[in-house]
Amino acid sequence: MASNVSITLQNNDDARGIIEAIVADNPGAQVADYPSMVKIDVAGRLVVNRVSVEERIGRAWDVQELQLTLVSMSGSVDEDDDHFILEWRK
Amino acid sequence: MSLDIKTIGTAARRHTYANVARRIGGDKPASRYQEATFDMQASVNFHYKPLWDERFELHDKARTAIVMNDWYALLDPRQFYYGTYTQSRAKLSEQFDRSCGFVEKLGALDALPSPWREMLCEYLLPLRHYEWGANMNNCRITDEGYGTAITQATMYATMDRLGLAQMISRIGLLVDGNTGDRLAQAKQRWMDDAFWQPMRRLVEDTLVVSDWFELLLAQDFVMDGLVYPLWFTDFDERGRTHDATAMTLLGEAFLEWFADTSRWIDAVLKVAAAESDANRALLSRWFVDWRLRAVDAVAPLADEVLDAGGEAAVTRAIERLNRRAVAVGLTV
Repeated sequence: MASNVSITLQNNDDARGIIEAIVADNPGAQVADYPSMVKIDVAGRLVVNRVSVEERIGRAWDVQELQLTLVSMSGSVDEDDDHFILEWRK
Repeated sequence: MSLDIKTIGTAARRHTYANVARRIGGDKPASRYQEATFDMQASVNFHYKPLWDERFELHDKARTAIVMNDWYALLDPRQFYYGTYTQSRAKLSEQFDRSCGFVEKLGALDALPSPWREMLCEYLLPLRHYEWGANMNNCRITDEGYGTAITQATMYATMDRLGLAQMISRIGLLVDGNTGDRLAQAKQRWMDDAFWQPMRRLVEDTLVVSDWFELLLAQDFVMDGLVYPLWFTDFDERGRTHDATAMTLLGEAFLEWFADTSRWIDAVLKVAAAESDANRALLSRWFVDWRLRAVDAVAPLADEVLDAGGEAAVTRAIERLNRRAVAVGLTV
């Protein structure tokens, strides 16, 4: 069984579009709401797509902007201009 | 000893306003844009009809022939509310400021060979009066339009047009060393030069268009859709062959604004056209009418700036505009 990767973002207006994009693009994503943050767990692999986020926030979005609302994460990071991927490498 | 830190979550009773929840399909966190837009305008219990037009209520859907089941369907894809709008425009204006500073430091406009300097003043500076017309028009749309989804965006467009007029004035001041002579001369050109008169007439005619949605399409889609690509792409390309690269630098902010605003107006027209065949037919008819008039207004200026290339440039601009119109569902 693949273990979970997770990402935790602040629960605010800036992060909301990112959270929605993650939930839409990662079937099986478990979303846990905490008082000021949102933790998302996905089995094996979690992807944040630039295009999906841009669709939701209505403006150009740089994948590095993710850092502005990022609280914590677990998994190995693969980041480029179009996506941010968390996964456990074999 | 092990220490287990737990958080106790307190569930919020509700995540957004009831009117917003009804629109976004249940009680979940809404964006600030949604909360600052949906149902903001009063829609019932108007006690008095306005003295200046007693045929209508203060906010009245019947002020336009376009019919929408829900006027809040005309959302802004840029999701501009006061905060995001001002941030975005502050960025644009900073960028223009920096370009101006750079051009001034290099003395790039002073160094411009004088025939093209005259041409630049001739085609660009009177455009600030066109911008003033666009400011008036968007202001009236905001006044008579229905629903905050559209009137909020047109209010921002109103402010944008003052900003753009100021940016053009700034270029005039760069050319005349802050004396303002060039701006006074541009006003005379707007009033007297033969090739500006069709444009002045078009702008003045739009000031008295009675249907606000027709005015929205005429100003923000058709007229801007021809003027901006011509002025800041075609005219500018010709300028570069006359060593006016500095103007390209200054024009970047205008093109960026145009791309941003096109995204909004295209989205609005797309939703309005998709609402009904009657809307689509009416918008298409308005589009064809105003395109005809706008082409007559830009053609003499294109001929003046581009000589023999004017006609081809106008044809290209019409093609671009037609492509946008087809993409939003209009018949061209």
